[in-house]
Amino acid sequence: MLPSGNHPSKPVDDWPSSDLIGSDRSGLPRAGDEGDIDAVRAVLQEVPDPEVPVVSVVELGIVRDIEWLDGRLVVSVTPTYSGCPATEVIEQHIHEALVAAGYPDPLIQRRLSPAWTTDWLTEAGREKLRAYGIAPPVGSASKRSLVGQADPVVPCPLCGSEATERVSEFGSTACKALYRCRDCLEPFDYFKCL
Amino acid sequence: MHNVAQKTQTPLIAYLLRLGDSALVLGQRSAQLCGKAPALEEEMALMNVGLDLFGQARNWLTYAAELEGEGHDADHLAFRRDAQDFRNLLIVEQPNGDFADTMGRQFLFDAWHVHLLDGLTQSSDPRIAEVAAKSLKEATYHLRRSSEWVMRLGDGTEESHTRMQRALDNLWRFTGELTQFDEIDQAMFEAGIAPDPEILATRWKATVEEVLEEATLVRPSYDTWMYTGGKVGHHTEHLGFLLAEMQYLPRTYPDATVW
Repeated sequence: MLPSGNHPSKPVDDWPSSDLIGSDRSGLPRAGDEGDIDAVRAVLQEVPDPEVPVVSVVELGIVRDIEWLDGRLVVSVTPTYSGCPATEVIEQHIHEALVAAGYPDPLIQRRLSPAWTTDWLTEAGREKLRAYGIAPPVGSASKRSLVGQADPVVPCPLCGSEATERVSEFGSTACKALYRCRDCLEPFDYFKCL
Repeated sequence: MHNVAQKTQTPLIAYLLRLGDSALVLGQRSAQLCGKAPALEEEMALMNVGLDLFGQARNWLTYAAELEGEGHDADHLAFRRDAQDFRNLLIVEQPNGDFADTMGRQFLFDAWHVHLLDGLTQSSDPRIAEVAAKSLKEATYHLRRSSEWVMRLGDGTEESHTRMQRALDNLWRFTGELTQFDEIDQAMFEAGIAPDPEILATRWKATVEEVLEEATLVRPSYDTWMYTGGKVGHHTEHLGFLLAEMQYLPRTYPDATVW
């Protein structure tokens, strides 16, 4: 049974199964077809960030563009940090997910500009981070002065207390800092504001 | 052996090597502390800073390799050049020493790096502007951490103050390169590619003075004798040892395609 959609059904039943590719079964567009951007986005919505698997690459705000260029699906991805070791893994996972969903030859492009900011984390993404035990970024990304400015209050994602303190500017991955709660005494990651 | 110095190098390529090599060498110095940092949190911080710098180095060196047009990539520039072909600042190749040396070096560099990258975001070269915009966010974060450490150590115990002052006095002779500029810096400024080197020097001094005052440290004189030459490939003896360690594996297995 082919999924319903805007795409014409492929004559699956008439072909020997050994000749079939994923696209024939799924009814999704092949190279040359103009595809549905929302359908692609739905596929990417299921691709988790490898280091923070509770949020998808879409929720993280690193998928910057999805477009069809000369019949080829092009997905533009921006790295969170210049040296983020997950960047290549993320691009590979996106490629694999799209191929598995029936887009045979997607091009994954790396785009630096405009630079990623935690302001692009979606609301749903922030909520998932908190539920996972990672405090989402507080406030908007902007420059802070070097001397005499207090750190923002980062509520504990576990008990909600605002009596927290920073242990280190850096945490388990490039995108996180390490905090601890003075009430429930749990250490936690803070998705730092960038 | 590919020798960049023997080829005709445009001022832009030379300038990109300065940016990339400084990030790369300081990243490698940070990485050398893996497993040796004074506390777990500092271990993570040093590795994260190093990682950011490696990413920035790759972005700069990739662009330099493309402009060179020799069919090389960033890895080739990082691992197949000798010390005299490196264009990094002398301060970044100085040894890790104690924690005051490490953080003092990081702070003096960060204070310069942030203002440089800030200026480069306005570059007439869009590729440079976008790499700078990305790097600036990271460098701003680095500067906050390194300046906090300088203040904490400087305004800390008698021992930490003594060591921080000693580190500062020791590193100061390598800061001339942060405020002096040569014909390549000047050419980049005139082409609208890089910021005004005199304004950069003024801003670096302002940041350094603000933090050192807060840290109760005595700022050495700007007029003292300074080592220079890193930007044209004349390095201190420390760089060769650093490169020997960093480049050993790719040079031993030059035909490897998978690491």
